[in-house]
Order: sequence, then structure tokens, then C-alpha cells
Amino acid sequence: MFYLEEKSLHTHELQRKLCDDRAGGYVCFEGWVRNHNLGKEVTRLEYEAYSPLAVKEARKIIAEAQDKFSIIEAHCVHRVGSLEIGDVAVWVGVNSVHRGPAFEACEYIIDELKVRVPIWKKEHYLDGDSGWVKCEHCHEKHV
Amino acid sequence: MKEIEVEYYAVLREERGCKREKVTTSATTPRDMYLELQKKYGFSLSIDNVKPAINDDFVDWDHVLHANDKIVFIPPVTGG
Repeated sequence: MFYLEEKSLHTHELQRKLCDDRAGGYVCFEGWVRNHNLGKEVTRLEYEAYSPLAVKEARKIIAEAQDKFSIIEAHCVHRVGSLEIGDVAVWVGVNSVHRGPAFEACEYIIDELKVRVPIWKKEHYLDGDSGWVKCEHCHEKHV
Repeated sequence: MKEIEVEYYAVLREERGCKREKVTTSATTPRDMYLELQKKYGFSLSIDNVKPAINDDFVDWDHVLHANDKIVFIPPVTGG
């Protein structure tokens, strides 16, 4: 399960959807909006997504995680729109019979999402400036 | 010549100044089309930093364009 959300994420409600009598544990990752990046003070973020392909690619990543690791279920939600400092920008939750695969699957999903899913983040700074965050990994080549 | 719908996101949307447009072009591949638009609008991203998608699927730069395709040039992603 993956979707894009325009409103605040309530992680306890998201977690509840992974309650399962077969599960021995649950692992989650929450990505938060922090107040600084590369030495600049950040006041808020905007996330923009190419929705049809973002949803398709993220669901593919979740299906891959389900094939690779012995988990019961994996869910992920990503925010779009304007976010304040401290807001949850992305949430990944995985349940499994034993904890190992849940940790591995959770890390796989967030790592792949960050390099494959067409979502972009724009930072707004305290000095009034703003800018699209530069890719630090993925397909960018320095020219 | 054929008509292609181009959708822009993030830095390319801002540089183009619009979200989508219809473009009449003789380009036969996403590569030709990006280079044509980059020349016209001065996009800052080199082709090596962009990925093409047609009709909501990733494609290669040499994919053959058809009339009425929707094309998106994807800047380096920064979600999460």
C-alpha cells in the first residue's frame, strides 16, 4: 500500500492498519522536516510529486520488498504540499513474524523511494530565499 | 510534425513557467525533444540529469515518440 497525502500524517492510525495477530513485531521509519540543511536555516518545505508515476513506482518498490524479505505487509505514505518544521514527510511501516526482515524491508523501501520515486522537495529559508534540493545520490551526474 | 503533451515538474516547471503545454515537434525521441526544449527555454539541467517518462512510465531516451503522447522530463528526485 502506498499513497500520496495532502494532509498531516497521523502515524498511530497508520500503524494500526498493520496490527496482525501473526506479527511478532513492527518496524517503522518516519522522515521529519528539520530546521536546517547544508548550513542554512529552513523554515518550511514543499513537496511536489508526479503522482501517477510516483504511486506506480512506490508500489513496485513495496512489491519488491515483499518478494525479497519474509514480511507480512508493508505500507508507505508520502506527503505533498507545504510542510512545517517537525511535520512527518514520509512514513514507512512493516510488520513481520520476526523482527529481522521488518528492519531490512523498511530500510529497503525508504532507500529505494529516495532514489526512484518522482517526488521533489523545495526548501524555504529564514533569509527569504528558496530552492529545489539538489539530488545527493541517484542519477545525477556532475557536468 | 506531431503534437505532444509536455508536463513539467519542480525546477523545470519553474524554468518553463507553466505546468503543461502542447508542443508541435518533429522530434522522434525524448532525447531530441528535451534538447529542442532546452535550447528554446534554457533549462538548467543537462540531459544527463534528467529521466524521460512517457504516458506515466519510465522510458529510454531512444524510445519512439507517437502523436498525442504525454511526456515528462524528470529532474533528479529528492523525496523522503
